Amino acid sequence: MPILEFKNVSKIYNNITKALTEVSFSVDEGEFVSIIGPSGSGKSTILRCINRLVDVTQGSIIFDGHDVNRADKKEIRQLRKKAGMIFQHYNLVNRLSVIENVLHGRLGYKSVIAGAIGRYTEEEKEKAFQILAKLGLTEQAYKRCDELSGGQKQRVGIARSLMQEPRLILCDEPIASLDPSSSKIIMDHLSIINETMRITCIVNLHQVDVALRYAKRIIGITAGQIVYDGPPDELTKVMIYEIYQSDEGELITDVR
Amino acid sequence: MDNIVEKVLKPQNQTSVFIKRKRTFTLAFLGVAALFGISAAITNYDVIDGFESIPKAAYWMARNFIPDEKAWSRLPDILAKLSETALVSVAVTVCAAICAFFFSLLGTETTKTARWLARTVRIVAAFFRNVPDVVWAILLLFSFGQNILTGFFALFFATFGLLTRTFIETIDEVSASCVEALHATGATGLQTVFNGVIPSSLPEIISWVLYMIETNIRASTLIGVLTATGIGYLFDLYYKRMDYSSAGLVVTSIVILVITIEMLSNKTRKVIM
Repeated sequence: MPILEFKNVSKIYNNITKALTEVSFSVDEGEFVSIIGPSGSGKSTILRCINRLVDVTQGSIIFDGHDVNRADKKEIRQLRKKAGMIFQHYNLVNRLSVIENVLHGRLGYKSVIAGAIGRYTEEEKEKAFQILAKLGLTEQAYKRCDELSGGQKQRVGIARSLMQEPRLILCDEPIASLDPSSSKIIMDHLSIINETMRITCIVNLHQVDVALRYAKRIIGITAGQIVYDGPPDELTKVMIYEIYQSDEGELITDVR
Repeated sequence: MDNIVEKVLKPQNQTSVFIKRKRTFTLAFLGVAALFGISAAITNYDVIDGFESIPKAAYWMARNFIPDEKAWSRLPDILAKLSETALVSVAVTVCAAICAFFFSLLGTETTKTARWLARTVRIVAAFFRNVPDVVWAILLLFSFGQNILTGFFALFFATFGLLTRTFIETIDEVSASCVEALHATGATGLQTVFNGVIPSSLPEIISWVLYMIETNIRASTLIGVLTATGIGYLFDLYYKRMDYSSAGLVVTSIVILVITIEMLSNKTRKVIM
């Protein structure tokens, strides 16, 4: 049974801008999917529809057996707990320490008051430190997030999403602001998480070569429509040109 | 052919841009000068006379406002009223800031609950902000009379309006990204406010509160004249009795207080930022 299913999903912003048109696909548990496509093609919108940061205009999204669009406030909270999210700009609370940011991943599990005043159980704290150790951030645990490098911040982002014990991790351009070596560390971590913890990963990427290397399945979208959906080794050059709507020799991947 | 045309045209275009700019400046200057001329003519304002009276005024102030023996004997009274005024200003600002913070949460893009409510919040804040504190004081004089409450509410309303607006902007600026991430973890609105909005915007908020405390100490002097309370009342009293040297001491003490507070808050800002 698929963990995530898009059925003819359309999204129109402010009655004018068409972001998604009749998008349908399904993702099985444990898959590592990469969504590629030009800026503004609707990649971010797809991710944000899944955890209802964005409401879709038409169609339905089934996540873990629940219709996301029909969910009320309480159900949305339940769904969001099960879907971790990682952002291009990390979106941490920069003035708080690393460990506090990681513990934020538990907020969805706590009562409103306990979460608001920041009461975490010993087990939760222990788990946070275990995750930090796994991501090589033990020494940074008590540092403030604005003292960290970009790569370290993104690892805190991953730690926060792992704290949620998610079934799905949504990554919105996780390496777009990182240098090549930090990018590799982040992608390696995501890939390990996917393989060892069986957490489904959907990763929006700008770098086609990275997508080809890490993903087991690639979804190419152009102007809000899926134009490719299949394994990376079947993604031909011609297909890539179609996804990015450009001619041969005009993509940076061609420079080699 | 095209090339030649470009070479000939380009410099001309550039000079015409400069000529246009010069023309705009000249017109603006002439406009301002004309406005000044008209208003001076209507109010019978004589520029030379105005400037000539400055040294005279300075001489008069130097002779009359220097505190004498009698003024110094009034120092304890002055200091008591001064500290009362300062403390009321601090209390007003803190109360208004707390109200404004929770009110502004309803008005920001990041934490709003409903669009119509956010718009209402902004309109209410704009109303409170755009009525000057002195006008608030005059309006409130009718309902509360000459009372310390009048001054308190006048300052409260003006501060509340201004802080609501600045808090809305601050929160949208510094908290938007972490609020999105916290929502994505399944955190509720209240949890997001306490774990994301407050920690990320607190330094800016404190900085604004400190600034408003400074502003309100200055403003409360003037409002005190209207409401017959605090240091403003004392100044008014001495001034109307033509006891200028005591009034001068009042002014000096206000200046010292304001400068001290400003230095203190600058230090505080440096520590928290």
